[in-house]
Amino acid sequence: MIDFAFLSYTFLKLSAALPVTLGLFISAFLCGGILAIGILSLRMSRWRVLSGFARGYILVFRGSPLMIQLFLIYYGLGQFGVIRHSFVWPFLREPFICAVLALSLCTAAYTAEILRGALLAVPAGQVEAGLACGMSRWLLLRRIIAPIMLRYALPAYSTEAILLVKSTALASLVTVWDVTGVAQQIIQRTYRTMEVFVCAAAIYLILNFIIVQLYALLERRLTPAHRVAKKPMPAVKPLAGE
Amino acid sequence: MSLLSFGADGWGRLILSAACTTLLLSLVALMIGAVVGSGVAAAKLSPQRWLRWLGEGYSVVFRGIPELLVIYLFYFGGSGLITLVGQMFGADGFIEAPPFLIGALAIGLISGSYQGEVYRAARLALAKGEVEAAVAIGMPRWRIAQRILLPQVVRYALPGMSNVWQMSLKDSALVSVTGIVELMRASQVAAGSTRDYFTFYLVGAACYLVLTLVSNHAFRRAESRLGRAWQSRTAAQH
Repeated sequence: MIDFAFLSYTFLKLSAALPVTLGLFISAFLCGGILAIGILSLRMSRWRVLSGFARGYILVFRGSPLMIQLFLIYYGLGQFGVIRHSFVWPFLREPFICAVLALSLCTAAYTAEILRGALLAVPAGQVEAGLACGMSRWLLLRRIIAPIMLRYALPAYSTEAILLVKSTALASLVTVWDVTGVAQQIIQRTYRTMEVFVCAAAIYLILNFIIVQLYALLERRLTPAHRVAKKPMPAVKPLAGE
Repeated sequence: MSLLSFGADGWGRLILSAACTTLLLSLVALMIGAVVGSGVAAAKLSPQRWLRWLGEGYSVVFRGIPELLVIYLFYFGGSGLITLVGQMFGADGFIEAPPFLIGALAIGLISGSYQGEVYRAARLALAKGEVEAAVAIGMPRWRIAQRILLPQVVRYALPGMSNVWQMSLKDSALVSVTGIVELMRASQVAAGSTRDYFTFYLVGAACYLVLTLVSNHAFRRAESRLGRAWQSRTAAQH
């Protein structure tokens, strides 16, 4: 019943496209992260104009589908002669770069919100203690705020990373041959939907599983309390007479 | 600007009707997702181990693979299945599955995996004593569900539902690959025939943004309305 030869053929074909998916994910993850920090600093700015801009950015990129953002960049920007004749055109003509750009811009909006939530959760006492020790603003940010913020942001950030992996599938719509794109190609050629779907789903699930494990590892590393707690806590003896 | 007019040579009418299709599609998907999601939540909270595994497996699979892949599965696979059934009953040739239903089903099943999580969290947020009190005064199970669980779970789930709804709204853009003329597809058609890609995709994005903002507002209203009853009750307790 199950055609193992076809399954293994499909799996190999799809695995061959894995570097493209991974490339999309990693570059969008890094660019998006850096961009998110920029947006976060604008969002927390005291100047109305800057925080308003960041607010608008987050609203627009979270409020519209990634697919339309991607098409806007890939097909839309070519409408303007200025862009077609400028130095950026050789880059914007490449579907891969457009996909990375759209993914980064979109994930940056989500990540900025996650980071903001984490930043607001940093206990005020920690910051005050740092200031009381005479730390400079930069030192305070580096030693106190950033590590705590990162720790708080991790759970939501791992979810965002999974969403980003899933979003890379959209790149196949602008002719980037990632795992989903190749899967769709094989389905259209063979019409054996289920087998191809199972293989592609397995690849994505494995990828996501690895990412979740990496985040869990990082979370353990950043939580000293968990590391120490390996020794069993001494049981509290009930007081006599209770 | 004349391109967006509602006249014979404008695209306004198409885009407006497409926005309605998007809204309808997302609503149907949300309802399918609500049914699936409550099933998933019930399975995850069940005392039976295999049911818990089933619920867990469902949410891992549908939250872990790209939405586009699920839509392809249903679009190509669904048509194949219907063709197979058709051949059994003597029809020959390829029968295409109704794209709207296929799209709504795909988005709904994805939405269901997220809604399951929302309902589960909402159920767990409920104080244990409430159900125990209801059992103690001898309420039958279905009445506990109807009078105690449902009203409170809905209230707790509402903020999460707002997120899931927005997600479904945005996921519905992906259904355009099956050829349904919803907002994304309409923008594509208009952009392709006028060659004003940027303009029409921008208009499409703006429409999505409006839908998101309006539904956001509606959810906030609903939250404060449901929260009002809550507040007066807790105020009475103190």
